[in-house]
Amino acid sequence: MAFKRPDGRKLDEIRPMTAKTGIIPNADGSAMFTFGKTVAIAAVYGPRMLHPQHMQDPKSAILRVNYDLLSFSVADRKKPGPSRRSQEISKVTEWALSPALDLKDFPNTVIDVQVYILQADASTRVAGINAASMALAQAGIPMRDLVCAVAIGKMDKELVVDVDKDEEDFEDGEGATDIPLARFANSDEFTLLQLDGKIQPEVMNKAIALADKAMAKIYEVQKKALKEVHSE
Amino acid sequence: MKEFETKNNEEYEDMGSEPVSRTVVVPGEVVATGEDFLPGEGARREGSDVVASRYGLAEKIGRVVKIIPFSGAFIPRRNNVVIGRVSDIVHSGWIIDIDYAQNGFLPLMESPRFVNKNEMDQFLAIGDVVSAKIWSVSPKGIDLAMKGKGLGKLEGGFVFRVNPSRVPRIIGREGSMINLIKEKTGCNITIGQNGWVWVKGNDIDSELKVRKAIEFIAEKVLVSGLTEKMEKWFGENK
Repeated sequence: MAFKRPDGRKLDEIRPMTAKTGIIPNADGSAMFTFGKTVAIAAVYGPRMLHPQHMQDPKSAILRVNYDLLSFSVADRKKPGPSRRSQEISKVTEWALSPALDLKDFPNTVIDVQVYILQADASTRVAGINAASMALAQAGIPMRDLVCAVAIGKMDKELVVDVDKDEEDFEDGEGATDIPLARFANSDEFTLLQLDGKIQPEVMNKAIALADKAMAKIYEVQKKALKEVHSE
Repeated sequence: MKEFETKNNEEYEDMGSEPVSRTVVVPGEVVATGEDFLPGEGARREGSDVVASRYGLAEKIGRVVKIIPFSGAFIPRRNNVVIGRVSDIVHSGWIIDIDYAQNGFLPLMESPRFVNKNEMDQFLAIGDVVSAKIWSVSPKGIDLAMKGKGLGKLEGGFVFRVNPSRVPRIIGREGSMINLIKEKTGCNITIGQNGWVWVKGNDIDSELKVRKAIEFIAEKVLVSGLTEKMEKWFGENK
């Protein structure tokens, strides 16, 4: 095993995670989730009235996610405002979360989820999904399950769990592959699978198996954060 | 003198006084295993397990497992007393903002005395605060009623918000908590199920004390025997 990750982690080691709920008093639910230096916060508002009316669904509420990588979150200032990238991530986050929600009790309404990345060190979309799923639970929205998310990377031929910025920019050999995955905590239904780079089909199965193990750890962190608020 | 009607709230129990098993659960967590248990509010059956659908306290009462949510937006039900603010006047009544995705509608007929259609703001103007009862909830909207004891326009005082899921605790079993606060401060208090609280007292100090007391209760989610604790709190915060 000559392969070493740039920050010295083991191949299946996740960066230190922290999670906290109820961080935004004015939101109906809120949470923070961090993977090492990546910090994501999420705020949930609603169910509330949806305008324009033609977007309303008379059978259930709709979920509206807005992901924003804040301008100070990266070393070079990012131009603030919506971008192609943030629109894409907003949409995939929405798709990753909506199967977990049961919104038929709130017809014609919207649930707004704001995801902000305060510090970015790769894996921001999965940190955002983890935070948003906790925030939705804290907002008292009926849910099937919590959603856990993690990014699996491939550096040359080695699979690594929880990609950071150095690993994302890895260029030797086969180069870097980034696979963000999201899954229900208590069943093996995946709600997000993206792939940026190249991977062999048989290696993909290994990557998913690695993700399953990582999800269990993430779920414990999320569960603990939600439970300890009320333990005093 | 506006008295809060406690009889509407008997379905909510003071969480501190019954010795049943309670645990904090997150959505998707298995609360009970086996066909012996039945899923109640906030829970569902999956295979042979009863699984939580919401974040809150799981409570087993006999065979039924239900989840008391910690937080979340107000969901209107018939006969809930709510406090709202007049947001618009239309030809047949008033539109009331009740802090929900839909506005409430208070028909003209609900006013206790005759109101001239051209001078509806003489009775309720935009911005006025009212306490009303939810008459019906339908996909078309929420209808309010204002005929009843303790309902009507709330004049003077001020309104603040608490989390709607804390309202049963603030009222207490058969109004024990709210009556304690009223007795200690001498203020008139009306609490809506939507989490709006209206307070009016003789002086601003006692009004602010009510607000402090209620916010103190809203913070304490899992504490039992809260009414006794509040008596002590009033002792310390003279």
